Amino acid sequence: MADLLQNEEVLRLLELSKNGLLFAIWETLYLTVISTFFSYVIGLPLGVITVVGEQGGVLPLPRPVMAVLNFVINILRSVPFLILMVMVIPLSRLILGTSIGTVATIVPLIVAAFPFVARLVEASLREVDSGVVEAALSMGCSPFQVITKVMLPESRPSLISGFTTAFITILSYGAMAGAIGGGGLGSMALNLGYQRRMTIILWVSVVVLVILVQIFQSIGTRASVRLDKRIRAVDRKKKRKSSRTEKAGFQ
Amino acid sequence: MIELKQVSKVFPTEDGDFEALSNIDLTIADGDIFGIVGMSGAGKSTLVRCINLLERPTSGAVYIDGENLMDMSPAQLRQQRRSISMIFQQFNLLMQRTCLKNICFPMEIAGVPKAEAKKRAMEYLEIVGLPDKANAYPAQLSGGQKQRIAIARALASNPKMLLCDEATSALDPTTTRSILKLIKDINQRLGITVVVITHEMAVVEEICTHVAILERGHLVETGTVEEVFSNPKTEAGRRLVFPEGANIDQFPVAGVVRVVFNGGSSYEPLIASLAIDCGVKVNILGADTRNVNGKAFGSMLLGLPQDKNEAVKAMNYLRAQKDVTVEEVPDYHG
Repeated sequence: MADLLQNEEVLRLLELSKNGLLFAIWETLYLTVISTFFSYVIGLPLGVITVVGEQGGVLPLPRPVMAVLNFVINILRSVPFLILMVMVIPLSRLILGTSIGTVATIVPLIVAAFPFVARLVEASLREVDSGVVEAALSMGCSPFQVITKVMLPESRPSLISGFTTAFITILSYGAMAGAIGGGGLGSMALNLGYQRRMTIILWVSVVVLVILVQIFQSIGTRASVRLDKRIRAVDRKKKRKSSRTEKAGFQ
Repeated sequence: MIELKQVSKVFPTEDGDFEALSNIDLTIADGDIFGIVGMSGAGKSTLVRCINLLERPTSGAVYIDGENLMDMSPAQLRQQRRSISMIFQQFNLLMQRTCLKNICFPMEIAGVPKAEAKKRAMEYLEIVGLPDKANAYPAQLSGGQKQRIAIARALASNPKMLLCDEATSALDPTTTRSILKLIKDINQRLGITVVVITHEMAVVEEICTHVAILERGHLVETGTVEEVFSNPKTEAGRRLVFPEGANIDQFPVAGVVRVVFNGGSSYEPLIASLAIDCGVKVNILGADTRNVNGKAFGSMLLGLPQDKNEAVKAMNYLRAQKDVTVEEVPDYHG
Protein backbone atom coordinates (compact mmCIF):
# COMPACT_ATOMS: atom_id res chain seq x y z
CA MET A 1 0.00 0.00 0.00
CA ALA A 2 2.81 2.38 0.96
CA ASP A 3 4.60 1.59 -2.29
CA LEU A 4 1.46 2.24 -4.19
CA LEU A 5 0.97 5.67 -2.61
CA GLN A 6 4.51 6.70 -3.53
CA ASN A 7 4.06 5.60 -7.09
CA GLU A 8 4.18 8.82 -9.05
CA GLU A 9 1.61 7.76 -11.58
CA VAL A 10 -0.88 7.01 -8.83
CA LEU A 11 -0.27 10.35 -7.17
CA ARG A 12 -0.95 12.09 -10.44
CA LEU A 13 -4.15 10.18 -10.86
CA LEU A 14 -5.29 11.11 -7.39
CA GLU A 15 -4.51 14.74 -8.07
CA LEU A 16 -6.58 14.58 -11.23
CA SER A 17 -9.48 12.86 -9.57
CA LYS A 18 -9.69 15.27 -6.65
CA ASN A 19 -11.80 17.63 -8.72
CA GLY A 20 -13.48 14.60 -10.18
CA LEU A 21 -14.39 13.35 -6.73
CA LEU A 22 -16.04 16.57 -5.64
CA PHE A 23 -17.94 16.72 -8.90
CA ALA A 24 -19.01 13.11 -8.49
CA ILE A 25 -20.30 13.77 -4.96
CA TRP A 26 -22.27 16.75 -6.21
CA GLU A 27 -23.70 14.75 -9.10
CA THR A 28 -24.72 11.94 -6.78
CA LEU A 29 -26.45 14.29 -4.39
CA TYR A 30 -28.35 16.20 -6.99
CA LEU A 31 -29.41 13.02 -8.75
CA THR A 32 -30.65 11.63 -5.44
CA VAL A 33 -32.46 14.79 -4.36
CA ILE A 34 -34.29 15.28 -7.65
CA SER A 35 -35.21 11.62 -7.96
CA THR A 36 -36.40 11.43 -4.35
CA PHE A 37 -38.47 14.56 -4.85
CA PHE A 38 -40.28 13.23 -7.91
CA SER A 39 -40.62 9.76 -6.38
CA TYR A 40 -42.57 11.36 -3.54
CA VAL A 41 -44.59 13.53 -5.90
CA ILE A 42 -45.87 10.31 -7.46
CA GLY A 43 -45.44 7.81 -4.62
CA LEU A 44 -46.96 9.76 -1.74
CA PRO A 45 -50.44 10.17 -3.27
CA LEU A 46 -50.37 6.55 -4.45
CA GLY A 47 -49.41 5.37 -0.97
CA VAL A 48 -52.25 7.40 0.50
CA ILE A 49 -54.70 5.96 -2.03
CA THR A 50 -53.68 2.38 -1.24
CA VAL A 51 -54.77 2.99 2.36
CA VAL A 52 -57.80 5.26 2.08
CA GLY A 53 -59.14 3.64 -1.09
CA GLU A 54 -59.64 0.22 0.48
CA GLN A 55 -63.08 -1.14 1.27
CA GLY A 56 -63.83 0.28 4.70
CA GLY A 57 -61.26 3.03 4.20
CA VAL A 58 -61.90 6.74 4.48
CA LEU A 59 -62.46 7.14 0.75
CA PRO A 60 -63.31 3.73 -0.70
CA LEU A 61 -62.53 3.38 -4.41
CA PRO A 62 -63.90 0.76 -6.78
CA ARG A 63 -62.23 -2.61 -6.24
CA PRO A 64 -60.85 -2.88 -9.82
CA VAL A 65 -59.06 0.47 -9.47
CA MET A 66 -57.37 -0.71 -6.29
CA ALA A 67 -56.47 -4.05 -7.83
CA VAL A 68 -54.81 -2.37 -10.84
CA LEU A 69 -52.95 0.07 -8.59
CA ASN A 70 -51.56 -2.65 -6.37
CA PHE A 71 -50.69 -4.78 -9.37
CA VAL A 72 -48.72 -1.98 -11.03
CA ILE A 73 -46.85 -1.20 -7.82
CA ASN A 74 -45.97 -4.85 -7.31
CA ILE A 75 -44.81 -5.33 -10.90
CA LEU A 76 -42.52 -2.30 -10.77
CA ARG A 77 -41.23 -3.40 -7.38
CA SER A 78 -40.31 -6.84 -8.66
CA VAL A 79 -38.25 -5.85 -11.71
CA PRO A 80 -34.56 -5.67 -10.75
CA PHE A 81 -33.27 -2.13 -11.00
CA LEU A 82 -30.52 -2.88 -13.49
CA ILE A 83 -33.06 -4.39 -15.90
CA LEU A 84 -35.64 -1.67 -15.24
CA MET A 85 -33.03 0.94 -16.15
CA VAL A 86 -32.55 -0.61 -19.56
CA MET A 87 -36.26 -1.07 -20.06
CA VAL A 88 -37.14 2.57 -19.48
CA ILE A 89 -34.51 3.91 -21.87
CA PRO A 90 -37.21 4.73 -24.47
CA LEU A 91 -39.16 6.59 -21.78
CA SER A 92 -36.10 8.63 -20.81
CA ARG A 93 -35.57 9.50 -24.44
CA LEU A 94 -39.22 10.56 -24.74
CA ILE A 95 -39.17 12.76 -21.65
CA LEU A 96 -35.65 14.18 -21.68
CA GLY A 97 -34.59 13.65 -25.27
CA THR A 98 -31.58 11.63 -24.21
CA SER A 99 -30.99 8.23 -22.68
CA ILE A 100 -27.43 8.65 -21.48
CA GLY A 101 -25.81 10.86 -18.91
CA THR A 102 -26.58 11.83 -15.36
CA VAL A 103 -29.90 13.55 -16.03
CA ALA A 104 -31.14 10.60 -18.07
CA THR A 105 -30.78 8.28 -15.06
CA ILE A 106 -33.34 10.36 -13.17
CA VAL A 107 -36.15 8.75 -15.14
CA PRO A 108 -35.35 5.10 -14.31
CA LEU A 109 -34.61 6.12 -10.73
CA ILE A 110 -38.07 7.64 -10.33
CA VAL A 111 -39.75 4.70 -12.05
CA ALA A 112 -37.95 2.33 -9.69
CA ALA A 113 -38.39 4.40 -6.55
CA PHE A 114 -41.98 5.67 -6.63
CA PRO A 115 -43.55 2.23 -6.07
CA PHE A 116 -41.13 1.70 -3.20
CA VAL A 117 -42.09 5.10 -1.78
CA ALA A 118 -45.79 4.25 -2.18
CA ARG A 119 -45.30 1.11 -0.08
CA LEU A 120 -43.31 2.99 2.56
CA VAL A 121 -46.03 5.64 2.82
CA GLU A 122 -48.67 2.92 2.95
CA ALA A 123 -46.88 1.21 5.85
CA SER A 124 -46.58 4.50 7.74
CA LEU A 125 -50.25 5.39 7.31
CA ARG A 126 -51.35 1.96 8.47
CA GLU A 127 -49.70 2.67 11.79
CA VAL A 128 -52.22 5.44 12.45
CA ASP A 129 -54.71 4.32 15.09
CA SER A 130 -58.06 3.64 13.44
CA GLY A 131 -59.75 5.04 16.55
CA VAL A 132 -58.24 8.46 15.88
CA VAL A 133 -59.55 8.38 12.33
CA GLU A 134 -62.96 7.37 13.66
CA ALA A 135 -62.87 10.26 16.13
CA ALA A 136 -62.06 12.66 13.29
CA LEU A 137 -64.97 11.31 11.23
CA SER A 138 -67.29 11.67 14.22
CA MET A 139 -66.34 15.37 14.33
CA GLY A 140 -67.43 15.82 10.74
CA CYS A 141 -64.07 15.66 8.92
CA SER A 142 -64.22 15.19 5.17
CA PRO A 143 -62.07 12.40 3.71
CA PHE A 144 -59.58 15.00 2.50
CA GLN A 145 -59.37 16.54 5.97
CA VAL A 146 -58.85 13.12 7.52
CA ILE A 147 -55.89 12.56 5.17
CA THR A 148 -54.26 15.97 5.51
CA LYS A 149 -55.08 16.79 9.13
CA VAL A 150 -55.04 13.39 10.78
CA MET A 151 -53.39 10.56 8.87
CA LEU A 152 -50.35 12.38 7.48
CA PRO A 153 -49.53 14.48 10.59
CA GLU A 154 -50.10 11.55 12.95
CA SER A 155 -47.73 9.33 10.99
CA ARG A 156 -45.09 12.06 10.60
CA PRO A 157 -42.29 10.30 12.54
CA SER A 158 -42.79 7.13 10.56
CA LEU A 159 -43.01 9.07 7.28
CA ILE A 160 -39.68 10.73 8.07
CA SER A 161 -38.06 7.36 8.81
CA GLY A 162 -39.47 6.09 5.54
CA PHE A 163 -38.20 9.15 3.71
CA THR A 164 -34.70 8.48 5.06
CA THR A 165 -34.89 4.89 3.89
CA ALA A 166 -36.12 6.00 0.46
CA PHE A 167 -33.42 8.65 0.13
CA ILE A 168 -30.65 6.19 0.95
CA THR A 169 -32.09 3.54 -1.33
CA ILE A 170 -32.25 6.03 -4.18
CA LEU A 171 -28.67 7.09 -3.42
CA SER A 172 -27.45 3.51 -3.81
CA TYR A 173 -29.64 2.88 -6.88
CA GLY A 174 -28.15 6.03 -8.36
CA ALA A 175 -24.70 4.58 -7.88
CA MET A 176 -25.82 1.55 -9.86
CA ALA A 177 -26.86 3.83 -12.70
CA GLY A 178 -23.15 4.37 -13.31
CA ALA A 179 -23.28 1.08 -15.16
CA ILE A 180 -25.39 2.53 -17.98
CA GLY A 181 -23.64 5.83 -18.33
CA GLY A 182 -25.01 7.79 -15.41
CA GLY A 183 -22.68 10.06 -13.48
CA GLY A 184 -21.77 10.36 -9.85
CA LEU A 185 -19.82 8.26 -7.40
CA GLY A 186 -21.11 5.00 -8.81
CA SER A 187 -19.87 5.77 -12.27
CA MET A 188 -16.53 6.86 -10.83
CA ALA A 189 -16.17 3.60 -8.92
CA LEU A 190 -17.20 1.47 -11.88
CA ASN A 191 -15.53 3.27 -14.76
CA LEU A 192 -12.29 4.50 -13.19
CA GLY A 193 -12.01 2.24 -10.17
CA TYR A 194 -13.05 -1.07 -11.63
CA GLN A 195 -12.68 -0.97 -15.40
CA ARG A 196 -9.45 1.07 -15.42
CA ARG A 197 -8.22 -0.81 -12.35
CA MET A 198 -7.56 2.23 -10.20
CA THR A 199 -8.31 0.43 -6.98
CA ILE A 200 -7.80 3.49 -4.81
CA ILE A 201 -10.51 5.37 -6.63
CA LEU A 202 -12.83 2.41 -6.22
CA TRP A 203 -12.21 2.42 -2.49
CA VAL A 204 -12.45 6.18 -2.14
CA SER A 205 -15.83 6.23 -3.92
CA VAL A 206 -17.17 3.47 -1.73
CA VAL A 207 -15.95 5.13 1.46
CA VAL A 208 -17.54 8.42 0.42
CA LEU A 209 -20.83 6.61 -0.28
CA VAL A 210 -20.69 4.97 3.13
CA ILE A 211 -20.06 8.31 4.82
CA LEU A 212 -22.95 9.94 2.94
CA VAL A 213 -25.32 7.16 3.99
CA GLN A 214 -24.22 7.46 7.61
CA ILE A 215 -24.80 11.22 7.59
CA PHE A 216 -28.27 11.03 6.05
CA GLN A 217 -29.33 8.16 8.26
CA SER A 218 -28.40 10.00 11.44
CA ILE A 219 -30.10 13.19 10.30
CA GLY A 220 -33.24 11.24 9.40
CA THR A 221 -33.36 9.26 12.62
CA ARG A 222 -32.76 12.33 14.72
CA ALA A 223 -35.52 14.26 12.96
CA SER A 224 -37.94 11.38 13.26
CA VAL A 225 -37.37 10.93 16.98
CA ARG A 226 -37.27 14.62 17.79
CA LEU A 227 -40.56 15.26 16.01
CA ASP A 228 -42.35 12.33 17.61
CA LYS A 229 -44.56 13.76 20.32
CA ARG A 230 -45.56 10.35 21.56
CA ILE A 231 -42.17 9.99 23.19
CA ARG A 232 -41.36 11.75 26.41
CA ALA A 233 -38.09 13.69 26.46
CA VAL A 234 -36.40 11.21 28.79
CA ASP A 235 -37.07 8.27 26.51
CA ARG A 236 -35.78 10.08 23.48
CA LYS A 237 -32.11 9.12 23.70
CA LYS A 238 -32.94 5.48 24.18
CA LYS A 239 -35.33 5.48 21.25
CA ARG A 240 -32.86 7.13 18.90
CA LYS A 241 -30.34 4.38 19.51
CA SER A 242 -32.79 1.56 18.98
CA SER A 243 -34.37 3.03 15.87
CA ARG A 244 -30.94 3.51 14.31
CA THR A 245 -30.26 -0.19 14.50
CA GLU A 246 -33.74 -1.00 13.25
CA LYS A 247 -33.24 0.87 10.00
CA ALA A 248 -29.90 -0.75 9.24
CA GLY A 249 -31.09 -2.67 6.19
CA PHE A 250 -33.57 -1.67 3.52
CA GLN A 251 -35.97 -3.77 1.46
CA MET B 1 -84.12 14.44 20.46
CA ILE B 2 -82.70 11.20 19.16
CA GLU B 3 -85.09 8.67 17.64
CA LEU B 4 -84.09 5.32 16.29
CA LYS B 5 -86.81 3.60 14.30
CA GLN B 6 -86.56 -0.08 13.46
CA VAL B 7 -82.79 0.14 13.19
CA SER B 8 -81.06 -3.07 12.14
CA LYS B 9 -77.43 -3.68 11.34
CA VAL B 10 -76.19 -6.79 9.62
CA PHE B 11 -72.51 -7.57 9.17
CA PRO B 12 -71.69 -10.04 6.45
CA THR B 13 -69.18 -12.58 7.77
CA GLU B 14 -67.66 -15.71 6.30
CA ASP B 15 -70.16 -17.95 8.03
CA GLY B 16 -73.22 -16.01 6.98
CA ASP B 17 -74.73 -12.74 8.08
CA PHE B 18 -74.38 -11.60 11.64
CA GLU B 19 -77.19 -9.45 12.92
CA ALA B 20 -75.57 -7.04 15.38
CA LEU B 21 -78.74 -5.03 15.92
CA SER B 22 -82.27 -6.04 15.16
CA ASN B 23 -85.23 -3.69 14.93
CA ILE B 24 -84.16 -1.23 17.59
CA ASP B 25 -86.72 1.41 18.55
CA LEU B 26 -85.35 3.98 20.92
CA THR B 27 -86.18 7.55 21.85
CA ILE B 28 -83.84 9.73 23.82
CA ALA B 29 -85.27 13.02 25.00
CA ASP B 30 -83.31 16.26 25.23
CA GLY B 31 -81.42 16.73 28.46
CA ASP B 32 -81.44 13.04 29.41
CA ILE B 33 -78.43 11.08 30.43
CA PHE B 34 -79.32 7.86 28.75
CA GLY B 35 -77.46 4.68 29.57
CA ILE B 36 -77.24 1.77 27.16
CA VAL B 37 -76.01 -1.32 28.96
CA GLY B 38 -75.30 -4.85 27.96
CA MET B 39 -72.70 -7.56 28.12
CA SER B 40 -69.77 -7.25 25.74
CA GLY B 41 -70.83 -8.28 22.26
CA ALA B 42 -74.40 -7.17 22.85
CA GLY B 43 -74.11 -4.52 20.13
CA LYS B 44 -73.78 -1.41 22.31
CA SER B 45 -70.90 0.12 20.36
CA THR B 46 -72.62 -0.57 17.05
CA LEU B 47 -75.80 1.02 18.39
CA VAL B 48 -74.10 4.22 19.51
CA ARG B 49 -72.31 4.45 16.14
CA CYS B 50 -75.66 4.24 14.41
CA ILE B 51 -76.67 7.47 16.13
CA ASN B 52 -74.06 9.49 14.21
CA LEU B 53 -73.95 7.04 11.31
CA LEU B 54 -70.32 6.04 11.81
CA GLU B 55 -72.03 2.71 11.24
CA ARG B 56 -74.74 2.96 8.64
CA PRO B 57 -77.75 0.88 9.69
CA THR B 58 -78.70 -1.81 7.20
CA SER B 59 -82.30 -0.69 7.57
CA GLY B 60 -84.34 1.69 9.66
CA ALA B 61 -84.19 5.40 10.31
CA VAL B 62 -82.20 7.65 12.62
CA TYR B 63 -83.85 10.96 13.44
CA ILE B 64 -81.97 13.77 15.13
CA ASP B 65 -84.38 16.56 16.02
CA GLY B 66 -86.81 15.22 13.46
CA GLU B 67 -84.36 14.94 10.58
CA ASN B 68 -83.51 11.55 9.16
CA LEU B 69 -79.72 11.17 8.92
CA MET B 70 -80.16 8.26 6.51
CA ASP B 71 -81.49 10.66 3.85
CA MET B 72 -78.64 13.17 4.15
CA SER B 73 -75.85 13.79 1.65
CA PRO B 74 -72.29 13.20 2.91
CA ALA B 75 -71.79 16.97 3.31
CA GLN B 76 -75.04 17.42 5.25
CA LEU B 77 -74.14 14.46 7.42
CA ARG B 78 -70.73 15.96 8.24
CA GLN B 79 -72.47 19.18 9.21
CA GLN B 80 -74.89 17.28 11.44
CA ARG B 81 -72.07 15.30 13.09
CA ARG B 82 -70.60 18.54 14.41
CA SER B 83 -73.54 18.77 16.77
CA ILE B 84 -73.10 15.18 17.97
CA SER B 85 -69.79 14.82 19.76
CA MET B 86 -68.31 11.53 20.80
CA ILE B 87 -65.77 10.33 23.36
CA PHE B 88 -64.14 6.93 23.39
CA GLN B 89 -62.69 4.29 25.68
CA GLN B 90 -59.24 4.80 24.17
CA PHE B 91 -59.58 8.62 24.16
CA ASN B 92 -58.43 8.83 20.50
CA LEU B 93 -56.55 12.07 20.88
CA LEU B 94 -54.21 13.24 18.15
CA MET B 95 -50.87 12.22 19.60
CA GLN B 96 -48.79 14.64 17.55
CA ARG B 97 -50.77 17.69 18.65
CA THR B 98 -50.72 19.54 21.95
CA CYS B 99 -53.81 19.42 24.14
CA LEU B 100 -54.77 22.92 23.08
CA LYS B 101 -54.44 22.02 19.39
CA ASN B 102 -56.47 18.87 19.99
CA ILE B 103 -59.29 20.96 21.39
CA CYS B 104 -58.95 23.40 18.48
CA PHE B 105 -59.28 20.52 16.02
CA PRO B 106 -63.09 20.39 15.67
CA MET B 107 -63.16 24.18 15.32
CA GLU B 108 -60.42 24.01 12.69
CA ILE B 109 -62.59 21.54 10.77
CA ALA B 110 -65.57 23.85 11.05
CA GLY B 111 -63.55 26.86 9.89
CA VAL B 112 -63.53 28.86 13.13
CA PRO B 113 -60.80 31.57 12.96
CA LYS B 114 -57.60 30.49 14.72
CA ALA B 115 -57.51 33.19 17.40
CA GLU B 116 -61.10 32.61 18.39
CA ALA B 117 -60.61 28.84 18.41
CA LYS B 118 -57.65 29.21 20.74
CA LYS B 119 -59.59 31.45 23.08
CA ARG B 120 -62.50 29.03 23.24
CA ALA B 121 -60.17 26.06 23.65
CA MET B 122 -58.71 27.69 26.75
CA GLU B 123 -62.22 28.06 28.17
CA TYR B 124 -62.91 24.38 27.63
CA LEU B 125 -59.61 23.47 29.27
CA GLU B 126 -60.85 25.50 32.21
CA ILE B 127 -64.17 23.61 32.28
CA VAL B 128 -62.45 20.23 32.39
CA GLY B 129 -60.01 21.47 35.01
CA LEU B 130 -56.74 21.25 33.10
CA PRO B 131 -55.82 24.82 32.15
CA ASP B 132 -52.12 24.15 32.80
CA LYS B 133 -51.96 21.34 30.23
CA ALA B 134 -52.52 23.53 27.16
CA ASN B 135 -49.07 22.92 25.73
CA ALA B 136 -48.59 19.36 26.95
CA TYR B 137 -48.80 16.45 24.53
CA PRO B 138 -51.29 13.62 25.20
CA ALA B 139 -48.41 11.19 25.86
CA GLN B 140 -47.54 13.24 28.93
CA LEU B 141 -50.98 12.85 30.51
CA SER B 142 -52.59 10.17 32.64
CA GLY B 143 -55.65 8.28 31.41
CA GLY B 144 -58.07 10.46 33.33
CA GLN B 145 -56.44 13.63 32.05
CA LYS B 146 -56.57 12.33 28.49
CA GLN B 147 -60.29 11.70 28.84
CA ARG B 148 -60.75 15.23 30.18
CA ILE B 149 -58.98 16.63 27.13
CA ALA B 150 -61.16 14.41 24.94
CA ILE B 151 -64.25 15.81 26.68
CA ALA B 152 -62.99 19.37 26.15
CA ARG B 153 -62.47 18.54 22.48
CA ALA B 154 -65.97 17.07 22.30
CA LEU B 155 -67.42 20.27 23.73
CA ALA B 156 -65.49 22.49 21.33
CA SER B 157 -67.95 22.04 18.50
CA ASN B 158 -70.82 23.29 20.69
CA PRO B 159 -72.68 19.98 20.47
CA LYS B 160 -76.29 19.25 21.33
CA MET B 161 -75.40 15.67 22.17
CA LEU B 162 -72.49 13.78 23.63
CA LEU B 163 -72.03 10.09 22.92
CA CYS B 164 -69.79 8.26 25.38
CA ASP B 165 -68.55 4.88 24.18
CA GLU B 166 -67.25 3.05 27.27
CA ALA B 167 -65.66 6.36 28.20
CA THR B 168 -64.63 5.23 31.67
CA SER B 169 -63.86 1.58 31.02
CA ALA B 170 -60.11 2.17 30.75
CA LEU B 171 -59.97 4.19 33.97
CA ASP B 172 -59.62 3.28 37.64
CA PRO B 173 -62.65 3.63 39.95
CA THR B 174 -61.64 6.98 41.44
CA THR B 175 -60.91 8.54 38.05
CA THR B 176 -64.10 6.99 36.69
CA ARG B 177 -66.11 8.76 39.37
CA SER B 178 -64.51 12.12 38.64
CA ILE B 179 -65.05 11.76 34.90
CA LEU B 180 -68.70 10.77 35.47
CA LYS B 181 -69.12 13.78 37.71
CA LEU B 182 -67.73 15.97 34.95
CA ILE B 183 -70.13 14.46 32.42
CA LYS B 184 -73.08 14.98 34.73
CA ASP B 185 -71.95 18.53 35.35
CA ILE B 186 -71.76 19.21 31.62
CA ASN B 187 -75.23 17.74 31.16
CA GLN B 188 -76.65 20.01 33.82
CA ARG B 189 -74.73 23.18 33.05
CA LEU B 190 -74.75 23.11 29.27
CA GLY B 191 -77.94 21.11 28.77
CA ILE B 192 -76.22 18.59 26.52
CA THR B 193 -78.02 15.29 26.00
CA VAL B 194 -75.70 12.45 26.95
CA VAL B 195 -75.75 8.86 25.73
CA VAL B 196 -73.60 6.55 27.83
CA ILE B 197 -72.57 3.14 26.58
CA THR B 198 -71.26 0.89 29.30
CA HIS B 199 -71.11 -2.64 30.60
CA GLU B 200 -70.96 -1.41 34.19
CA MET B 201 -74.23 -0.91 36.03
CA ALA B 202 -72.35 1.25 38.52
CA VAL B 203 -71.89 3.89 35.82
CA VAL B 204 -75.62 3.90 35.08
CA GLU B 205 -76.43 4.17 38.78
CA GLU B 206 -74.06 7.04 39.16
CA ILE B 207 -75.29 9.37 36.43
CA CYS B 208 -78.08 8.11 34.23
CA THR B 209 -81.70 9.16 34.23
CA HIS B 210 -82.83 6.54 31.74
CA VAL B 211 -81.49 3.18 30.79
CA ALA B 212 -81.91 0.66 27.99
CA ILE B 213 -80.72 -2.91 28.21
CA LEU B 214 -79.34 -4.47 25.10
CA GLU B 215 -78.92 -8.18 24.68
CA ARG B 216 -77.62 -9.90 21.56
CA GLY B 217 -78.76 -7.05 19.36
CA HIS B 218 -82.21 -6.75 20.91
CA LEU B 219 -83.42 -3.97 23.11
CA VAL B 220 -85.00 -5.97 25.91
CA GLU B 221 -85.83 -3.31 28.44
CA THR B 222 -86.11 0.48 28.52
CA GLY B 223 -87.20 2.87 31.18
CA THR B 224 -86.13 5.24 33.88
CA VAL B 225 -83.28 4.00 36.01
CA GLU B 226 -85.64 3.74 39.00
CA GLU B 227 -88.04 1.47 37.12
CA VAL B 228 -85.43 -0.82 35.71
CA PHE B 229 -83.40 -1.04 38.91
CA SER B 230 -86.26 -1.66 41.25
CA ASN B 231 -87.94 -4.22 39.10
CA PRO B 232 -86.06 -5.57 36.12
CA LYS B 233 -88.57 -7.39 33.97
CA THR B 234 -86.26 -9.52 31.88
CA GLU B 235 -83.62 -12.12 32.53
CA ALA B 236 -80.95 -9.90 30.94
CA GLY B 237 -82.03 -6.99 33.12
CA ARG B 238 -81.87 -9.07 36.26
CA ARG B 239 -78.44 -10.38 35.39
CA LEU B 240 -77.14 -6.87 35.01
CA VAL B 241 -78.89 -5.33 37.99
CA PHE B 242 -78.20 -8.24 40.33
CA PRO B 243 -75.03 -9.89 39.16
CA GLU B 244 -75.51 -12.55 41.88
CA GLY B 245 -73.43 -10.87 44.52
CA ALA B 246 -73.99 -13.63 47.06
CA ASN B 247 -71.85 -16.70 46.84
CA ILE B 248 -72.57 -18.58 50.04
CA ASP B 249 -73.16 -22.21 49.19
CA GLN B 250 -73.10 -23.98 52.52
CA PHE B 251 -76.81 -23.47 53.14
CA PRO B 252 -79.01 -26.36 52.12
CA VAL B 253 -81.64 -24.21 50.46
CA ALA B 254 -84.71 -25.63 48.85
CA GLY B 255 -85.66 -22.44 47.07
CA VAL B 256 -84.17 -19.03 46.75
CA VAL B 257 -86.13 -15.84 46.36
CA ARG B 258 -85.08 -12.33 45.62
CA VAL B 259 -86.78 -9.58 47.58
CA VAL B 260 -86.51 -6.06 46.25
CA PHE B 261 -87.41 -3.05 48.35
CA ASN B 262 -88.63 -0.23 46.17
CA GLY B 263 -87.30 2.58 48.24
CA GLY B 264 -88.36 3.72 51.68
CA SER B 265 -88.82 0.64 53.81
CA SER B 266 -86.02 -1.12 55.57
CA TYR B 267 -85.64 -4.87 55.33
CA GLU B 268 -84.48 -5.88 58.75
CA PRO B 269 -87.92 -5.51 60.37
CA LEU B 270 -89.39 -7.54 57.52
CA ILE B 271 -87.24 -10.58 58.25
CA ALA B 272 -87.89 -10.21 61.96
CA SER B 273 -91.63 -9.91 61.45
CA LEU B 274 -91.54 -12.87 59.10
CA ALA B 275 -90.07 -14.94 61.90
CA ILE B 276 -92.52 -13.62 64.49
CA ASP B 277 -95.71 -13.58 62.44
CA CYS B 278 -95.20 -16.85 60.56
CA GLY B 279 -92.66 -18.61 62.67
CA VAL B 280 -90.57 -19.17 59.58
CA LYS B 281 -86.84 -18.75 59.62
CA VAL B 282 -85.10 -17.80 56.39
CA ASN B 283 -81.44 -17.60 55.49
CA ILE B 284 -80.12 -14.30 54.18
CA LEU B 285 -77.80 -15.30 51.37
CA GLY B 286 -76.89 -11.85 50.33
CA ALA B 287 -78.04 -8.30 50.55
CA ASP B 288 -77.24 -5.14 48.73
CA THR B 289 -78.35 -1.55 48.79
CA ARG B 290 -78.06 0.77 45.87
CA ASN B 291 -78.44 4.45 45.76
CA VAL B 292 -80.30 5.35 42.62
CA ASN B 293 -80.79 9.07 42.07
CA GLY B 294 -80.94 9.73 45.79
CA LYS B 295 -83.38 6.94 46.62
CA ALA B 296 -82.33 3.78 48.44
CA PHE B 297 -83.03 0.50 46.73
CA GLY B 298 -82.34 -2.71 48.57
CA SER B 299 -82.35 -6.23 47.33
CA MET B 300 -81.90 -9.40 49.27
CA LEU B 301 -81.48 -13.04 48.41
CA LEU B 302 -83.34 -15.31 50.81
CA GLY B 303 -82.99 -19.03 51.19
CA LEU B 304 -86.39 -20.51 52.10
CA PRO B 305 -86.75 -23.36 54.57
CA GLN B 306 -86.76 -26.90 53.20
CA ASP B 307 -90.26 -27.60 54.44
CA LYS B 308 -92.61 -26.93 51.51
CA ASN B 309 -95.42 -25.59 53.67
CA GLU B 310 -93.17 -23.18 55.51
CA ALA B 311 -91.66 -22.01 52.24
CA VAL B 312 -95.08 -21.29 50.72
CA LYS B 313 -96.11 -19.49 53.89
CA ALA B 314 -93.06 -17.29 53.75
CA MET B 315 -93.60 -16.52 50.08
CA ASN B 316 -97.20 -15.52 50.64
CA TYR B 317 -96.22 -13.34 53.54
CA LEU B 318 -93.57 -11.56 51.56
CA ARG B 319 -95.83 -11.08 48.55
CA ALA B 320 -98.42 -9.41 50.76
CA GLN B 321 -96.00 -6.66 51.78
CA LYS B 322 -96.20 -3.20 50.30
CA ASP B 323 -93.28 -1.71 48.36
CA VAL B 324 -91.71 -5.11 48.08
CA THR B 325 -91.25 -7.23 44.97
CA VAL B 326 -90.64 -10.95 45.41
CA GLU B 327 -89.53 -13.36 42.79
CA GLU B 328 -88.17 -16.86 42.67
CA VAL B 329 -84.62 -17.47 41.57
CA PRO B 330 -84.79 -20.90 40.01
CA ASP B 331 -81.24 -21.03 38.72
CA TYR B 332 -79.45 -20.03 41.91
CA HIS B 333 -76.18 -21.90 42.13
CA GLY B 334 -74.56 -20.11 45.00
